[in-house]
Amino acid sequence: MNLANESITSLRQRLVAKEITPTDIVTDLAKAIEARNPALGSYLSIDVEAALKEASTADVSQPLGGIPIAIKDNINVTGQPCTCGSKFLQGTYTAPYDATSIVQLRAAGAVPMGRLNMDEFAMGSTTENSALGVTRNPWDLERVPGGSSGGSASSVGGHIAIAALGSDTGGSIRQPASLCGCVGLKPTYGRVSRYGLVAFASSLDQIGPLTKTVEDSALLLNHLCGKDSRDSTTLDESVPDFTSGLKSGIKGLRIGLPKEYFIEGVHPAVSAAVAAATKHFESLGAEIVGVSLPHTDCGVATYYVLAPAEASANLARFDGVRYGHRTAIQGDLLEHYMNTRAEGFGPEVKRRILLGTYVLSSGYYDAYYLKAQRARTLIRQDFEKAFEQVDVILSPTAPSPAHKLGEISNDPLKMYLEDVFTIAANLAGLPAISVPCGFADEGGKKLPVGLQLVGPHLDEATILRAAYAYEQSTDWHKAKPSI
Amino acid sequence: MPKYIVTIGLEVHAQLNTKSKMFCTCAVGYGGEPNTQTCPVCLGLPGALPVLNLGAIEKTVLTGLMLNCRTPEISKWDRKNYFYPDMPKNYQTTQMDLPLCLGGGVPLYDFAYPKDAQKSIANPGKVVNLTRIHLEEDVGKSTHHDKFTTLDFNRAGTPLMEIVSEPELDSAEEVVAYLNSLRQILIYGGVGDADMEKGQMRADVNISVRPEGQKELGTKIELKNINSMSAIRRAIKAETERQIDVLEGRHPTDRVLIQSTRRWDDDLGETTLMRSKEDAHDYRYFPCPDLIPVQTAPIIERMKPLRPELPHEKCARFEADFGLTPYDANVLASEQALASYFEQAVSAAPHVTGKKLANWIINELLGRLNEAGHGIADCTLPAGSLGELVELVETGKISNNQGKEVFAEMYTNGGKAADIVKAKGFEQVSDTGALEAIVDQIIAGAAEKVAEVKGGNEKALNWFTGQAMKLSGGKANPKLVTEIVRKKVLG
Repeated sequence: MNLANESITSLRQRLVAKEITPTDIVTDLAKAIEARNPALGSYLSIDVEAALKEASTADVSQPLGGIPIAIKDNINVTGQPCTCGSKFLQGTYTAPYDATSIVQLRAAGAVPMGRLNMDEFAMGSTTENSALGVTRNPWDLERVPGGSSGGSASSVGGHIAIAALGSDTGGSIRQPASLCGCVGLKPTYGRVSRYGLVAFASSLDQIGPLTKTVEDSALLLNHLCGKDSRDSTTLDESVPDFTSGLKSGIKGLRIGLPKEYFIEGVHPAVSAAVAAATKHFESLGAEIVGVSLPHTDCGVATYYVLAPAEASANLARFDGVRYGHRTAIQGDLLEHYMNTRAEGFGPEVKRRILLGTYVLSSGYYDAYYLKAQRARTLIRQDFEKAFEQVDVILSPTAPSPAHKLGEISNDPLKMYLEDVFTIAANLAGLPAISVPCGFADEGGKKLPVGLQLVGPHLDEATILRAAYAYEQSTDWHKAKPSI
Repeated sequence: MPKYIVTIGLEVHAQLNTKSKMFCTCAVGYGGEPNTQTCPVCLGLPGALPVLNLGAIEKTVLTGLMLNCRTPEISKWDRKNYFYPDMPKNYQTTQMDLPLCLGGGVPLYDFAYPKDAQKSIANPGKVVNLTRIHLEEDVGKSTHHDKFTTLDFNRAGTPLMEIVSEPELDSAEEVVAYLNSLRQILIYGGVGDADMEKGQMRADVNISVRPEGQKELGTKIELKNINSMSAIRRAIKAETERQIDVLEGRHPTDRVLIQSTRRWDDDLGETTLMRSKEDAHDYRYFPCPDLIPVQTAPIIERMKPLRPELPHEKCARFEADFGLTPYDANVLASEQALASYFEQAVSAAPHVTGKKLANWIINELLGRLNEAGHGIADCTLPAGSLGELVELVETGKISNNQGKEVFAEMYTNGGKAADIVKAKGFEQVSDTGALEAIVDQIIAGAAEKVAEVKGGNEKALNWFTGQAMKLSGGKANPKLVTEIVRKKVLG
């Protein structure tokens, strides 16, 4: 058997038919991880024994009964490490509680299995900012998997996970999903509880699924959403069965193409794939409408004021007093803080803490933080207006296919532009999904390209339906990397 | 030498007596083993999120209603960033520009002044205006040892009101009156016990002096680490003297006053510099993205009926309805339990004036309680029983002295007044026929005294009354006896 290659949906059918057991899945997956993780570096750690134990008692009659889900290493799972890809928490912190999304997945019968690499504290677009190891793109091991949920995307794209949880603050689920050829969904802000997700930028962070298929994405989403009494920012909205409307087609669906997104600097293969996909949508009965999101050019700048501002406070708790790294250098309190944080954090985290501290400082607050908040409102209003005309908005997910390792990691600005198409959905709090839509040929390697569909507030159902219609009428999702 | 005016503003932190902490379900409590009342939220573990305690918001809104504050329609929470080991997240969740309460004021009650200052209150009836009251979380507790510091996070996350006054207090005595009055009001509202000695109320004192005649306030200096009501008087006195000495150029070390924060050392009896304005923190406040702003209108509506009658309102009513003197009313209203004791006693004694009952409570009951070092909460004598006793005295069933004897018995051993009266055989004779017989008997054997009364010596009447009491074994109603003698002798 090679169950690691399969989707949740097909495994569920085989489980219910009693062809296989949850233990078979975990065993197969453990083998696949052992064989391919040394090359991919998706997982930071995995407790196979614990997963086998949970699998042995998994209730197959549950909607996710017996399905192992790999978890990004910034989501707390009781008794497991939660390093956030940082030296700060490596070996010095064991999660004493389950994140709400883990509680919900367990309640649906799923088995959390393995901890996935990520950019340190989710800050980055290549996973090269992890302090704990290199993660590679399954389609070309010389290339990055994207980030920050690079471990999630490479494990699912590389078929050493059935599905994974990631977190998305500015594109951290969708961009790596696009680069690794899998499906990544960022829900509406407030759909999924953030309780237990180590905060990067609280007003932007959302947990979401990375899966092999759109149907799996809908299925996982069913068990992640809902009002949580532990997270005041969760929305008290009814959660539909996202799998039920998937197959009803997209005849008459109005798809918006924002003119500001079709800009210079986008890789030709990406432009070509998205143009072809647009035509394909049209052939499925969708209506293509030109729209405008006039404040698009403010997106990256707005994001890089607000996200670091929140991060500078969120990461203040990492002080070596109660948990995590503590400097060995003797000194007074200020020296303790400075040495502990200087040793514990990597350069990108320090850069963002400095940036965030700066924009909140007295005398700069109005010029940066407050102005960025206003820009955020304008960006949100852009989408509200556009959604008066269209049902979903289509764009590339990332401006280019996967870069080579080391290619952009030393150039923060280039790295920040990786998120140029994904950031707006976070700023506006909207749901967005990335689905595979083609390949770029680079040096004899096929590199996945993804398209992004952004939907109106709380309307995950429509972007899932559109993504499903596209996926099922194309073959991109069937391609497998040859590693 | 010019005279100096001292001006003081207070920042008071008062813990709310909610069952659980501000942002998590951990119990609020004191004296537990260190770090036993904690959870991922109040320890600031990675991934934990705060959830507002509605009870704390309600109690703060109620405080605002009691102090005549205005509550903005929307109130929100902000993060105040600074590093300190006993603050788990290294930011404090507090309120910056939209606090739960704005404006309002604290009335200074006479009884709230220090005992030695109550006779000479400079500004009777003064109300000190408030700037604001906001709700925030308390930090943990650092205990500094020789070579290390230990941390206890049991207190971390306890709901705390910060009550900020305008700089309107003129003396240490007014500061004491402010804190005692505020405490009384918080207790009245049931929002907190505000006991300074238990750390439930802490006060930072902003103090400045200026020469008489100068309009603008002097240099503001903040005093921290004041841990008791007596220390606050000492601290203000010492700092005032220091500031005047500096202004007069006779301070041994300090040449100028700089805007700064100083630490009060109660053992040394002096303040020392903690940090000057130049070293002040930049707290980098920004709205807390984990918490949703609160719509206050429904909370205000819910709290309005729970606003209690406050001490000064009670005083006014006691004076108007029961004819109490301002002093008596003040004493009775100084404690909610005492005031309600008084009102219960009144309703058990329909023929007794409030004034008389107030006398019994203040002179007899409080006298006894004070002797034993007890408060009204320790009193085992039910108010209704005391009311019944005074009713017996005032309707002439027993004499005043007998009443006091019955009181002593009830106070020590309990029991009903009527039963004790019976057991002691105190029932007063008010039967006119029986009393006339006794009086006739006395008159018959006391021609001399009769003549004295007839001759206009009113005092001789008392002799007859005394005789009647003797003959009746103390049971005769002395008032009636006097009347009868007067009628019989003078006609």
